[in-house]
Amino acid sequence: MSTRSASVLYDVPGPRARARNLILGVVGALGIAGLLWYVFSSLNDAGQFDSLLWSPFEYTAVQQRILNGILATLKVFGLAAVGSLVLGSLLAAGRLSDHFPVRVAATVVVQFFRAMPLVIMIFALYQAAFGAQPMWALVIGLALYNGSVQAEIIRSGINAVPRGQSEAAYALGLRKTQVMGLILVPQAVRSMLPAIIGQLVVTLKDTSLGYIITYPELLWEMKLIASNSDGYPYIPVVLVGTPLYILLCLALTGLAHWIESRGRRGANRRTTPAA
Amino acid sequence: MGLIFEGDNFSAFAEGFLRTIELSALSALFALLLGFVLAAFRVSPVPVLRWFATAWVTIFRNTPLTLLFFAVTFVLPQLDVHFESFTVAVIALSAYTGSFVCEVLRAGINTVPLGQAEAARSLGMGFGQTLGLVVLPQAARSVISPMGSVFIALPRNSAIAGAFNVPELFSVQKHLTEQSYGIFEIFIWIALAYLAISFTINALFSTLERRLAVAR
Repeated sequence: MSTRSASVLYDVPGPRARARNLILGVVGALGIAGLLWYVFSSLNDAGQFDSLLWSPFEYTAVQQRILNGILATLKVFGLAAVGSLVLGSLLAAGRLSDHFPVRVAATVVVQFFRAMPLVIMIFALYQAAFGAQPMWALVIGLALYNGSVQAEIIRSGINAVPRGQSEAAYALGLRKTQVMGLILVPQAVRSMLPAIIGQLVVTLKDTSLGYIITYPELLWEMKLIASNSDGYPYIPVVLVGTPLYILLCLALTGLAHWIESRGRRGANRRTTPAA
Repeated sequence: MGLIFEGDNFSAFAEGFLRTIELSALSALFALLLGFVLAAFRVSPVPVLRWFATAWVTIFRNTPLTLLFFAVTFVLPQLDVHFESFTVAVIALSAYTGSFVCEVLRAGINTVPLGQAEAARSLGMGFGQTLGLVVLPQAARSVISPMGSVFIALPRNSAIAGAFNVPELFSVQKHLTEQSYGIFEIFIWIALAYLAISFTINALFSTLERRLAVAR
């Protein structure tokens, strides 16, 4: 038996279906191989595998550039991640507040910044106040946008804790702060973590907007390398830079899965394993 | 606040607004098509197609959109492929959004319990009936809300196209800023335009969700 023995969409394949799948698989494999070959040959015809275009990556100065770019990206990501989580917790607390004005204010802020394109915000911040330090325009923009999204994640996580939990806590005489801090938040955190880290991946990807406001993060450095080298090696630079971003994001996603599986070890044993 | 009515600012603003909508609508269409194809690959019984779609989705979901724009803007001309900047933007946005659409569809199909299909088959329904009458209608309902967030994000993401020579709202913002109008005033006008777009899409999807909702 294969590991995917059954699916909602089709029956377990019999001999004829297996033969058909095999044929489809071969056709599909040929098609994909053809596609890859086409990409490779058009790159090759354009002379993109010329050693001249790839030689810049042998220079220590260029390697240092890439490293600096990664570090700058991670620095902005770290600051923005902390900022967005702090802001998100505050806004979520505001949205769950018992006081009507606080609730309205937090709602307006969250809805506004969630609907705003990040580029527009970062560019306005850059032009208005941070022309000399684009990093802070980037960090503040990222923290505002992602903070609003995190606020919604945290709020829905807290709302998803069964009502009986808070009712029982109130019945025992706990105050609202105690109910939140002792009962709701600890339970909510476990269910929220994958979504929060998922949003952190978005934050990491969005640091590349620094390119638009000339902050020297990875993408900006990539462009500089390409435009300053002989033959303008944009394609080699993209082929090197994209995997770097993908690896960074996958590392964060991997962290999310790891935390999720750890969380499941403990009290949550009731949940059925993923099918 | 009157800057919008000075000179030909309003026509530039209106043009940018329409261009943003055009770009988002076209990309939404292609992203939906691409997403459907990729999702079909991802749930297909043929392993090769599943691997291909998984690889595609992993690559495009983890690549920053700015990098994607950068790649199509600078890479295609080097291969002697010359498109207008608008076409290039549609390609980048569709490829990016399509992988998110694929994930939403796949997750939607996975939410349908296996028992539903088994029950349908044991009632004697054929493959087409099982799929069309039992599985897909249930999957469609659970897909609408996450699909809504993907398509609300699309016009927001399209703003990046402004940094790559497409004359839409972000370019209008840059253009007006260069003419030394108040940065905050410009921001308010651009913000209003985006708020209008995103609330319209939001309303559309919540209507859809209400129409298709089933009391459980």
